[in-house]
Amino acid sequence: MFALLSSIPYWGQTILRLLGGSVAVLLPAGTIVYLFLFKMMSFMQSRLGPMEAGPYGSMQLFAEVGKWLQKEDLMPERADKFVFKIAPLVVLSSTFLLVVVVPFGPDAWITNFEAGVFYALAVSSVSVLGILMAGWASANKYSLLGGLRAAGQLIAYELPMILAVVGVVIQAGSMNLQDIVVAQNAGSIFGWDGLGNPYLLTQFIGFLIFMIAVQAELTQTPFDMPIAESELVSGYMTEYSGFRFLIFFIGEFATAGVFAFIASVLFLGGWGVPFSWFGWTGINDVDNWMNVGGPLIMLTKMLGLAFIIMWVRFSYPRFREDQLQRFAWKILIPISLVNIVATSVLKVAF
Amino acid sequence: MVAQNIAFGIIAVIMVVGALRVVTVNNVVHAALWLVLVLAGAAAQYILLAAEFVAVTQVLVYIGAVMVLFLFGTMLTRAQLGKEKQLNNPTWYFGIPASLLLLGVMILALTSSFGDEKLPTDSELVSTQAISDQIFGPYLLPFWALSFVLLAAIIGAIVLARKD
Repeated sequence: MFALLSSIPYWGQTILRLLGGSVAVLLPAGTIVYLFLFKMMSFMQSRLGPMEAGPYGSMQLFAEVGKWLQKEDLMPERADKFVFKIAPLVVLSSTFLLVVVVPFGPDAWITNFEAGVFYALAVSSVSVLGILMAGWASANKYSLLGGLRAAGQLIAYELPMILAVVGVVIQAGSMNLQDIVVAQNAGSIFGWDGLGNPYLLTQFIGFLIFMIAVQAELTQTPFDMPIAESELVSGYMTEYSGFRFLIFFIGEFATAGVFAFIASVLFLGGWGVPFSWFGWTGINDVDNWMNVGGPLIMLTKMLGLAFIIMWVRFSYPRFREDQLQRFAWKILIPISLVNIVATSVLKVAF
Repeated sequence: MVAQNIAFGIIAVIMVVGALRVVTVNNVVHAALWLVLVLAGAAAQYILLAAEFVAVTQVLVYIGAVMVLFLFGTMLTRAQLGKEKQLNNPTWYFGIPASLLLLGVMILALTSSFGDEKLPTDSELVSTQAISDQIFGPYLLPFWALSFVLLAAIIGAIVLARKD
């Protein structure tokens, strides 16, 4: 199929894919933290943010990682040692499992899973386990309360997320993320194919529900009841310090990046450009340079979506626990069910 | 096929050890976490059989929902840290004949219905479309019956939970 790829042996491809996957998790995490958490938040609060380490504080991330690495690794005396230690790893590994199905180019994928979207939604729910483990094992009532709140919230917002994706799956006719990308870029809007057919236009309600659910799944601010610092110290992360806290921290922002990747694949056309621009008709016509261009396009779209997530985070006050649950069960889920019915009716009609 | 057999063996051993720990360990939360390991092993076995949709469903339903609710429930009510003395039921050995009976019934059922049949060496990937074609084609009536049972269960749960 592609000359470039077939000349590399299988083990070489595997190493390349694993390296690419690690970069796809860690690079967004670092970028989001520096660009948005340090600089944009400071700008919105009329301050400069980190300025000392490197030009415009660009080396601040390395300073932060160094700081965390040399901190003492504290553990409460009555904590359940093994569960306490393994909980952050469960959360982070769910992020790494999540990036596995995201396509970054015609060949730049880690695995081309047939039920890709379904897999992503299933694996993202594993992180709840890690959070519950952390909250329970800390032997601290604030941690346990935070863990329970997180579990309740994540279960509640998983449903609207799945239901919002169903609309996209109906329209694309496939659960494979690569097929969804192709369906959007090879599509046309009433015969005009200058833009492809990004599902942002036809599934706008689905996109809104998905992004709200992502915000809640990431426990970013309007939905940060689980770590509410004025009530619960820091929720399930209260007792964590040093490297283990760093793993939670990386997990939080890496998951934000990976969810932004998935949202851009589902709604913004993913790695592709509209195929009509270059006269491609299907995935087999796509030129080899898209394996380099695709990841860059994905990175741009990811940054745009992460910007929105962070913008909302810095702008809105926190929901109360009952408001948060009511919003998921009484507003988002009914709307997404109506969206599914409307999408299937229109799919049959057109 | 050899690699698959080795992987099956390793995962099966992990599952058996995990299942034994579920019933022997002296802490409710630890037991639930061992059960997670067993269920994840089942998902891995489905992957080895190239049944990816079933495997993903296993992860989503059992690990993502059922086990999280188990843990949520136990942590909300009673989930001590450390060992609990009264956790094992004093009549636990009555379970041994029951489980042996179940094992015998399953061996009988499997051997009588499959006999010497073997799995195809290159198991074809079962696509999700094929599964949905089956569910919404020949198995439509059982599917409806199941959804009816689930609906009844949901309504029953709401009736029980709402006191007013």
